[in-house]
Amino acid sequence: MSAISMVLVVIVAFFAGMEGILDQWQFHQPLVACTLIGLVTGHLTEGIMLGGSLQMIALGWANVGAAVAPDAALAAIASSIILVQGGQGVKGIGSAVAIAIPLAVAGLFLTMLVRTITVAIVHLMDKAAAEGNSKMIDFWQYLCIGLQGLRIAIPAALLLVIPASSVRSMLESMPAWLSDGMSIGGGMVVAVGYAMVINMMASREVWPFFIIGFVIAALSDLTLIAIGALGIALALMYLSLDKGGSGSSNNGGGSNTGDPLGDILDDY
Amino acid sequence: MAESAVNEKKITLTKHDRWKVAWRSQFLQGSWNYERMQNGGWAYSIIPAINKLYKKKEDRAAAYQRHLEFFNTHPYVAPPIMGVTLALEEERANGAAIDDAAIQGVKVGMMGPLAGVGDPVFWFTVRPMIGALGASLALGGSIMGPLLFFVLWNVIRLATIWYTQEFGYKAGNAITEDLSGGLLQMITRGASMMGMFVLGALIERWVNIKFTPVVSSIQQQKGAYIDWKNLPSGTEGIHKALSDQASGLSLERIKVTTLQDNLDSLIPGLVPLLLTFLCMWLLKKKVSPIVIILGIFIVGIVGHVIGLL
Repeated sequence: MSAISMVLVVIVAFFAGMEGILDQWQFHQPLVACTLIGLVTGHLTEGIMLGGSLQMIALGWANVGAAVAPDAALAAIASSIILVQGGQGVKGIGSAVAIAIPLAVAGLFLTMLVRTITVAIVHLMDKAAAEGNSKMIDFWQYLCIGLQGLRIAIPAALLLVIPASSVRSMLESMPAWLSDGMSIGGGMVVAVGYAMVINMMASREVWPFFIIGFVIAALSDLTLIAIGALGIALALMYLSLDKGGSGSSNNGGGSNTGDPLGDILDDY
Repeated sequence: MAESAVNEKKITLTKHDRWKVAWRSQFLQGSWNYERMQNGGWAYSIIPAINKLYKKKEDRAAAYQRHLEFFNTHPYVAPPIMGVTLALEEERANGAAIDDAAIQGVKVGMMGPLAGVGDPVFWFTVRPMIGALGASLALGGSIMGPLLFFVLWNVIRLATIWYTQEFGYKAGNAITEDLSGGLLQMITRGASMMGMFVLGALIERWVNIKFTPVVSSIQQQKGAYIDWKNLPSGTEGIHKALSDQASGLSLERIKVTTLQDNLDSLIPGLVPLLLTFLCMWLLKKKVSPIVIILGIFIVGIVGHVIGLL
């Protein structure tokens, strides 16, 4: 790998690290992070495909409240570096995915470490605030974000200096039953993310929607966009029926003009 | 302070000032910490407005300090709260009697319910959907997958940040009344219905479990499979084989039924569904998701070694 590629990889890793906590531009999502690593190292297609596979696993990972989800940033960056260094091409994607999961856990501890360090920095912000110095508050904020970037950039740089041959020999020494078994595990592990999301959202009211969605997905002609459209239509129908029912029992019906989109447009 | 405000011209935040706050709000979570969570990011975001509104150093210092109090919500629904706060701070800077407790009260009162909207709408509906769409394209190696995800997501996100902040700013105090109204609740309910629907579909499509044990191998009757040995030679043979297959003939003489085929004939995706329910149950029993993930990998490896998967 050329020096320029290596610098770019570390920069991409830095962005992914920052985004892992900011959660705005989504540079930390495998779909974006793996693609960018693939782009700067000249292995674009493998990067995209790895990103797609990892994204499927990471769909339900989200920072909710004080909880931190498994670290998609470290998983995506490190596994794509390993994929590129390993030199196995598209064949290496299965084992790269399998390596990504323990890394996502390791990243979790790094995040918690940085968030604890940040407690001390926030006290420095208090001091700057008492002095009325907004420039210093800005500075401490940038420093915290920088620390989150380094959280991923440093492991990425370490992976880069480990010679490609030793990464490759490590991967090749992995027996077939282990890598195949891990790929099979990777196919199932997606369920954990979904289970987390369902536990957050499930209520008596929404379970029928789940069942309909599950049954309809077996029709393989329907794309995800079609399924999404169907879901929106069902939710709208349910809500308008529900509203109509309570509306008519409470005030004899009549406040609704019957066209919510039209109402919103009228009000706007 | 009230006297001086009467004498001076009213200070207002321009669109440019509000845009600066909205832009900075993207760094809300940057100094996320276990003590007061998003407080540093909140203070950082709102600094341009404070500096515009308050000219005296002690006023500024007091404002920075009151905005370093505990705060935590979904990052994309912080902007409407900021909008309201901007409206309140503007009034206060112009001499209205709005005390620290009122501003803090609005922030805390809004952050809970709005976080309840942000999580299901963005993390559990929009991102999984756009992510799954992008990922399914990316699995085939298409650059459109990541591009679609990145562009679509950020357009939605930036529009949300800016327009909800403007909405909050315009609504000012009134937004708290709107929150108890039906619209927001309806959006949340609709989003979770939609989310559950899509989840059901995703479990069927994307959780992969294949049981490989063979349940039965049956020698099929003549005429039920393609007679490879007696095909005409050349392209004609290919034509016949393909048309035989199209008319429903089996490729092999021996019909192999795996455990998976039997399960699929009940309903496709039954096992993934059961696995998801198992995970939900384990999560409810406070088993760490990390433990479950590692457990699934062990099951995958062991299952493969003994020939079950």
